[in-house]
Amino acid sequence: MANVNLRDIRKVYNHTQVIHGVNVDIDDGEFVVLVGPSGCGKSTLLRMIAGLEEISDGQIHIGSTIVNEMSPKDRDIAMVFQSYALYPHMTVAQNMGFSLQLRGGAKPEIRAQVEKAAKILNLEALLERYPRQLSGGQRQRVAMGRAIVRNPQVFLFDEPLSNLDAKLRVTMRGEIKALHQRLGSTMIYVTHDQVEAMTMADKIVVMRDGFLEQVGTPLSLYDRPANVFVAGFIGSPGMNLLSGRYAEGNVGIGDIALPVSERPSSASEGRQVIYGIRPEHLILSGDGGVPLVVEVVEPTGAETHVIGRVAGQRVIGVFRERITTRPGDFLSIACDPAKVHLFDPQSEHRIN
Amino acid sequence: MMMSAIESRRAMPVAAPSTSRLGGRLKRIALHGAVLLLCVVWFTPVLSLFVTTFRSESDSSLTGWWHAFVEWRPVLSNYVEAIYLAGVGRSVVNSIVLTIPTVLGTVLFSAIGAFALARMRFRGRIAVFLAMVGFQVLPPQLVLVPMLKFFLALGLTGTFIPVWIIEMGLTVPFGIFLLYGFFASIPSDLVEAARIDGASEPRIFFQIILPLSGAVLASLAILQFMIAWNHLLIPLIFLGSGSLSPLTVQVASLAQTNAGGLNTLTAATFISVVVPLVLIVSLQKYFVRGVLGGAVKG
Repeated sequence: MANVNLRDIRKVYNHTQVIHGVNVDIDDGEFVVLVGPSGCGKSTLLRMIAGLEEISDGQIHIGSTIVNEMSPKDRDIAMVFQSYALYPHMTVAQNMGFSLQLRGGAKPEIRAQVEKAAKILNLEALLERYPRQLSGGQRQRVAMGRAIVRNPQVFLFDEPLSNLDAKLRVTMRGEIKALHQRLGSTMIYVTHDQVEAMTMADKIVVMRDGFLEQVGTPLSLYDRPANVFVAGFIGSPGMNLLSGRYAEGNVGIGDIALPVSERPSSASEGRQVIYGIRPEHLILSGDGGVPLVVEVVEPTGAETHVIGRVAGQRVIGVFRERITTRPGDFLSIACDPAKVHLFDPQSEHRIN
Repeated sequence: MMMSAIESRRAMPVAAPSTSRLGGRLKRIALHGAVLLLCVVWFTPVLSLFVTTFRSESDSSLTGWWHAFVEWRPVLSNYVEAIYLAGVGRSVVNSIVLTIPTVLGTVLFSAIGAFALARMRFRGRIAVFLAMVGFQVLPPQLVLVPMLKFFLALGLTGTFIPVWIIEMGLTVPFGIFLLYGFFASIPSDLVEAARIDGASEPRIFFQIILPLSGAVLASLAILQFMIAWNHLLIPLIFLGSGSLSPLTVQVASLAQTNAGGLNTLTAATFISVVVPLVLIVSLQKYFVRGVLGGAVKG
């Protein structure tokens, strides 16, 4: 186990900078998720930690060692790939024991280690099978087993659940989380799925276009997103973001005034703001609420998603109630003023 | 009315397949006929050769080879004569000695070259690859004179060494080209996983890449076996028609001198044909799989 520190990491491909000076501190035993849309540089960053990509500038520390110039095998890391990357011509046991075999371990010792890892992952019955004889979920577990056997300081996961179907993904998510709790190792996990990030992480690192947007615990990111991007990215459905004008404790959106409990910092009366409210923080109110023109009603069983417009701007609401309103009807809603997020339209930074 | 509509609807699907089934059958018969015809055209010379090898000289001089099916009087004397008297036995050994190292060397060097080009990043990689493609269009005859001078100067003519080297040299560019596509299609995740597991580049090559490339390596080996086994010009130039001459050279000189008669020659020819024939028939599935390996993801 070890802490991982990234110091001003940069990556340049053919004169194009793709990672712009990223600083992250990952504590010993922490589960950190790098999340962001495709092309944000999260996988590149992970591959730089693994030693599969060169670092153009900056320093990567694993434990107390700077590993910039170290080859992947000397960094004491293990990686689980999106494609699993199991050796097709080797059995499960050989796949899992390959790294130990390369280190020159004795056969009985390798066998014991492999069996120990197999037991953790329920793979005992599959040890003599070949990868092609396994299901997607089993392959994924073998890939994790291969990592566990090495007993590395840091586990790296590169979108390991993307190739699985939705149901299996939920199961494996739980298994990875349980594995982390059991092993207590430092784990760095890359995904584009913010639900995975929210459910698994101790700490989330949100990236966009090679820049670090925000680092924090899942709930801190959810409750206090630092900017419009994080506000829209974290949470499903995403936060409603409406442009309006701040005046006297309200944000005016069209001819509707929405109250806010907190005055924006550097607020001047009449300044333009982006008003953010999460779909689940909209509540149904009696008459006199904000009129929402309903466009689509999506019942999910547990809750109802209503997509519509407030003063011409698109709004989505999530309600516990079962709503039978038809498209074109009005729904009277209210927003909890304490749950409102305000952002500056130019810098897109949080201002409350 | 209602009833008849239902009946006609029921009748329709029965009628439609019966015509299409007939068409399908005709198509199949035509296809089988064409394939059969090709087989006959290809197989007749081989069959005539095979039958003649078991006929006596006198029979052959009086009647055509197909008479063997009317009056079957097989003799083994043609083979005995070819193997012991006409030197074919010795030249089979020579052919094997010439071919096996050539095949092994070609596969090894092509694989190493293709691995470097497909999996390693170094300056001039594209230029080397293009040069390799370019070498394939050079006629082999172009290099024979300079090579002969070169090996004469080294005093290596009259040995197998120049033949091995030239045979390899002529096929390795194609081998690299063939294997490059396959190696490049092996997911880079596998190689990276091996690198993280602690494998060195040679180990990745021998323990990951080569075991995954069995079919394509086998097809290259078969191809090179056929080429080396059937080459006449190169061994003739570098080995002459002496005691080291392979089967092709031996059969050619037998045909020129007509020593031992026509039937001995047919036996010698059949021996030279049968080895690649058996090889390609028994290994054809690897050949097809290997050559198509890079094209379609398995």
